[in-house]
Amino acid sequence: MAQKKIKIAQKRQEVLNGLKDFGTSVYKQLDQGVFPTINMPSRSTENITYDPTLRQYVLGEKSVGRSTRNIRHIKPFTQLAWVAMFSNELTSQRKTSTLRDVYYSAQAYEMTFQDQQESNNIITDLETLTGFAREDFNIFPEERSAIFGDLDIAYTVPGYEGKTVNLTSHPDGVLIGPAVTSAEFIKTSADKVIAIEKGALFTRFIEENVHNKHKSLLIACGGQAPRQTRSFIRRLHDELGLPVYILTDGDPWGMHIAQVIISGSANAAHLRDLNTPDAVWSGVWASDIIEYKLPTDPLDEVDIKRLYELQKDPRYQNDPVWQREIKTFLKIKRKTELEAFARYGLTYIVDEYLPTKLEQQPKEGKNGKKK
Amino acid sequence: MSASDFFYRNRDIAGLSNPSRSIFVAIREVVENSLDAAESQKIPPDIYVRLSFESEATKDTQVYKLRVEDNGSGIPPRFIPSAFGQVLYGSKYKLKQARGTFGLGGKMAILYGQITTHQPVLVSSSTGQEKIYSFKLMIDIQRNKPIILDRKVLINKDSWHGTIIEFTLEGDYLRAMPKIIEYFKQTAMVNPYANLTFVDPKGRLYKFTRATTVMPEPPKETMPHPYGVDVELLQRLIQITECTTMLSFLRQHFHRVGEITAQKFLEFAALPPNKNPKKLTHEEIVRLMQNLKKYKDFLPPDASCLSPLGEDLLKAGVMKELNPEYLVVHQRKPSTYAGHPFIVEMAMAYGGGVPKRGNFVIYRFANKIPLLYDEASDVSYRVISAMNWRRYKVQPDMPIAIVVHICSTKVPYKTVGKEFIADRPEVRREEANALREVARQIQHFLARQEHVHNEKKRLGIFSKYLPKIAEFSTTLAGETKKPDIEKLLKSVQKYGAEEN
Repeated sequence: MAQKKIKIAQKRQEVLNGLKDFGTSVYKQLDQGVFPTINMPSRSTENITYDPTLRQYVLGEKSVGRSTRNIRHIKPFTQLAWVAMFSNELTSQRKTSTLRDVYYSAQAYEMTFQDQQESNNIITDLETLTGFAREDFNIFPEERSAIFGDLDIAYTVPGYEGKTVNLTSHPDGVLIGPAVTSAEFIKTSADKVIAIEKGALFTRFIEENVHNKHKSLLIACGGQAPRQTRSFIRRLHDELGLPVYILTDGDPWGMHIAQVIISGSANAAHLRDLNTPDAVWSGVWASDIIEYKLPTDPLDEVDIKRLYELQKDPRYQNDPVWQREIKTFLKIKRKTELEAFARYGLTYIVDEYLPTKLEQQPKEGKNGKKK
Repeated sequence: MSASDFFYRNRDIAGLSNPSRSIFVAIREVVENSLDAAESQKIPPDIYVRLSFESEATKDTQVYKLRVEDNGSGIPPRFIPSAFGQVLYGSKYKLKQARGTFGLGGKMAILYGQITTHQPVLVSSSTGQEKIYSFKLMIDIQRNKPIILDRKVLINKDSWHGTIIEFTLEGDYLRAMPKIIEYFKQTAMVNPYANLTFVDPKGRLYKFTRATTVMPEPPKETMPHPYGVDVELLQRLIQITECTTMLSFLRQHFHRVGEITAQKFLEFAALPPNKNPKKLTHEEIVRLMQNLKKYKDFLPPDASCLSPLGEDLLKAGVMKELNPEYLVVHQRKPSTYAGHPFIVEMAMAYGGGVPKRGNFVIYRFANKIPLLYDEASDVSYRVISAMNWRRYKVQPDMPIAIVVHICSTKVPYKTVGKEFIADRPEVRREEANALREVARQIQHFLARQEHVHNEKKRLGIFSKYLPKIAEFSTTLAGETKKPDIEKLLKSVQKYGAEEN
């Protein structure tokens, strides 16, 4: 575990070096009397491709330049330099900030952003330029998700350095915020991670003692899992070697929540390690609707349109399970929710459904690949 | 009915229609005579006008005393009584550009003063000789004769030349005031070599100082052009002529008619060249007039009888009164309508002191007098409205003033009141061409201004952001000394340095 500790500190140093390199490059160009320019991969749609080996979206060869000689570039360039400086400050002082903070802090430097979207775009530029996620710069979005389970972590945030905590300590779960994502993992008795789309079921699982019965770390995604949660799941998988299972509603939207945890999103094509390719979508599948005779609602128009989109999506091409389930959805034209299992009693999903699904996974659910 | 009597009964047509209009017209007519008197001698005019309150007259009108002093040529003493006391004194058989139409306006004003207040007019004048002559006069309206009430002769110690005229009249100054002040301002604009001083009944002083002593060439007197005569003028010419043949009559009394032209015309009109003009019958005179108009080969009138301001003086005048940010002027070549030569001068002023009214401000002048009434009926208003301004990137809400000056031996006024110019195709065409020319220049100016504006904005962006980039990158790089960005800032300046 000591080795891991170095890894967190090391990562921070890499981030700081990356920011400094950018600053030094601009500084040197200015000092030599030339207009600073930068180059970074283009994030335009035609430059985003799916990499089957990495099992995520990546950016292609095309790059874009930003030159301070160009009147249209100089403002975003300045904003980028400011965000880099601000991130450098946050990271070296180990302070955290939100996207909203960045938007407001800029105004103190007469660096007004037109709107939140503009400042978010600049932050994405910085991610693309340095290859680090904004969370690495201690800039976090507002949305939060939670974790519960037998895992000891040691904080690295200022004031809590070295302090350990067990993630079963709070029955509502522990917020996956900057302190948790930057913590070192000490030890765990769990042998798997279960990510759940909805907070309500997460709470039910804690009440039903799923973490003990199934030796698992439970994560509430809160809908589409935030990037920091996705990257945290990746760490749980990589650093602790835990398989990851995902439970979502039985509709195209739930299916895609699982997919993004597994394969990442196009928006994050410029980043790595935000996805967990080995994670498995455990349900609720369209075929489960039939098998478990679950109560359903009809698919509406947008659901069906979404299914056709997903059918063509490269992330859905590798594993026959995805295509099979999309076809089943389109055939039965019904959808369901995790809560639907309540028709068989409150504990049915924990006592019957979950064990069956966990059993089933290694045989057919691994995105077509053996570990 | 005498001429005085006629105008007494029909004074409306001279613009003396109501108490406020009358006071404006009276001042205007006397001031115009004074300007003409100074200008004819190429003397930069110095004109002092004082209007003082005398007494209440009716509920809405008061009696005022109007005094106008000028430094013009002055009038020889023997002409003074008739010049001010007889309407239509002096008939004109020769033509030149002048402000007044028949030398009538000043006398009309005096006549109006007399019929409203029954007071005499005081006139002092000297041509710069050793004596100054002062007259106290009234007009015998029925007989159209001056009555001399008093006559004084003074020693002219300072060799003063000019005319002072003082009379009382009834009117409504308060209501006329805006037009009167505007009249002086605009007169100053189009007479930049004149000093104008006006003291109003409340004792307020309005002073318009000359910007130059350069004056336009005075107009030369010319004969009437054959295209511009009527039967009445022909009859008068026949009456006074000493010529005994048609050939010499045509050559002597008409503009640009020489031996050959006269011969050819007489052939065309089937008149014997040696016929005595005094023997023409009335019918023959009418036919002669018609043939004069019909004959195509008369040479066009020349413009020596005109005295336009010229581009420099127009520029000086507009500059002085409007102080615009940018000004273009243009003078058209002489042109003619119905045998009368005319010249159009145009100025377009942008920004600075030009008032912003949501539409162009139009200043109209004819023979250097401002036209203040009935703007929308004027041909210039139609020309300006009909213009495709979008082509010239000009918006009506820009601070733009357009100055139109037409000068002619016979300004084509639509009415006797000298308020607006008639829509004659020749005049319309000249005004449209002049307007296009100044509009083109304004368009260039606006384009250049936009370019400068954009350059400034561009420079502003660089000088705002480059120092920030320097600051942020210095911090990021962990350096202590900021990089020198002056060279970079200078290099962007170079691109945009063509202005300033």
